[in-house]
Amino acid sequence: MDIKIDNLTKNYGVQKAVDNISFEVRTGEILGFLGPNGAGKTTTMKIITGYIESDQGDVTIGGQSVKTGATKGYIGYLPEHNPLYHEMPVMDYLAFCAAIQGMGKEAIHPRIKEMIRMCGLNAEKHKKIGELSKGYRQRVGLAQAMIHDPEILILDEPTTGLDPNQIVEIRELIKNIGQEKTVILSTHILPEVEATCDRILIINKGKIVADGTAATLRKQAQGKQVLHLRIEDENVNTIYSKLQELPTVAMVDIIDAANNRFEIQSVQDAVSNREVFKLCVKNNWALTEIIPFETRLEDIFRDLTLN
Amino acid sequence: MNPTWVIAKREINSYFDSLVAYILLVAFLGFTGFFTWLGVADVFFRKQADLQVFFSIAQWTLLVFIPAITMRQFAEEKRTGTIELLLTKNVSDRQVVLGKFLSCLIMVAIALVFTLPYYFSVAQLGNIDHGATIAGYFGLLLLSASFISIGLFASSISNNQIFTFLLALLLCFFFHLMFDILGSGLTGWLGNLFSILSTSEHFYSISRGVLDTKDIVYFGSVIVLGLALAEFNISKRK
Repeated sequence: MDIKIDNLTKNYGVQKAVDNISFEVRTGEILGFLGPNGAGKTTTMKIITGYIESDQGDVTIGGQSVKTGATKGYIGYLPEHNPLYHEMPVMDYLAFCAAIQGMGKEAIHPRIKEMIRMCGLNAEKHKKIGELSKGYRQRVGLAQAMIHDPEILILDEPTTGLDPNQIVEIRELIKNIGQEKTVILSTHILPEVEATCDRILIINKGKIVADGTAATLRKQAQGKQVLHLRIEDENVNTIYSKLQELPTVAMVDIIDAANNRFEIQSVQDAVSNREVFKLCVKNNWALTEIIPFETRLEDIFRDLTLN
Repeated sequence: MNPTWVIAKREINSYFDSLVAYILLVAFLGFTGFFTWLGVADVFFRKQADLQVFFSIAQWTLLVFIPAITMRQFAEEKRTGTIELLLTKNVSDRQVVLGKFLSCLIMVAIALVFTLPYYFSVAQLGNIDHGATIAGYFGLLLLSASFISIGLFASSISNNQIFTFLLALLLCFFFHLMFDILGSGLTGWLGNLFSILSTSEHFYSISRGVLDTKDIVYFGSVIVLGLALAEFNISKRK
């Protein structure tokens, strides 16, 4: 089921939490929603789930406006602070969530069993939610969001509080679900976005500042190709001047003279790997290292959100 | 299953799991039982086979008992944030309000069912007016429903349970006692207005065994108004 966000605006007093944003998420897509604190991620998610209403614009899910309330049943939602009824045992809570989502009585029990297995809650299933550790509560939060097998999953920081092993498991789970369903997840953990998401959306101060895959964002941010090289069997300065003569190379830096390490920047839209290799072959130098230097997602994020 | 019923069931289970239900039941039965059978102006003192003593003490006990069960309904969900998860499930705001209303009404009904032995005992002692007694129970249920509705409205205002308890208590107190006093104290249209607004006035008229449409319409209006205001309050969210 597709989600379409159209010119969405939400004000809190004079502060614009979400400022006229539009985007679409398609079935089978996992969208990573990034942005600094207070950028409007949670507000946007709350509007999609129908919890709060937008001031202007609309969100449609499968062609239906969220304002009608008819879309709630398609959505599984894990809110930011994972609010759960602490006095309820895990099994009872999941049964309550399944029933309230309108699942039939016979379907509920097998589905709870399945969710408990999927989220690794077997040892804790009879405990009260309030007795669980943060990581297990997070799993209960995920289980309640997915209990009715929703077409759309909205996850606000799904991996907070999980240990590294659990994070890997949950990411795999989200990836599997994302193959057939529509998933929007927000996070502060940038490697997580790269590992799970097909597409990244960065928002800042209520506006979209970047939209695309990790690769396209890098390309946009970087522009020119940067390579780190190590070329041996020759004097540093000779290599330096020869590298500078290459037509595709715009700039050369010696980063470590003792170990013959260089950083080169290609001219706009050019790739220098072949030229460098040919140069080394011609002069009988040993090219021992060639590392394409990628702009890290962190840097892109900082560039876009720190004005 | 209907979502309203799912919510009501969860609330009732939560009362019994947290022992709140037992404490309130014991308090209600102890209090009404004491004044009905052992108090100063008890059944034996009156020497009449009716439950008027019980009905007059029960209304005041319920006035305190009901704010204690309604206070947490929305206040706690707001404080812990669970209201966000609840309202983003496949339910409408109205179903949530009705579910909570139903759960409180069932709690009161359970308490009243436990007082049925009073009825059977008095019926053994003399010639009880069955019509008036049944009407009295019906009046207590309507009165309770009105108090619950007022309590749910109070609970929807704040996330502080002490505040919502005291507000509900104050509002019920006004409806049940102050409007009555003002109604009989003042003359003219203002006096009439307060008499019409008083819950006790309408309750007495039902518990005498007279089922008048205007009393039922009155209680119905209080219930609908309270629930509508509660629904309005929870629909405003940030």
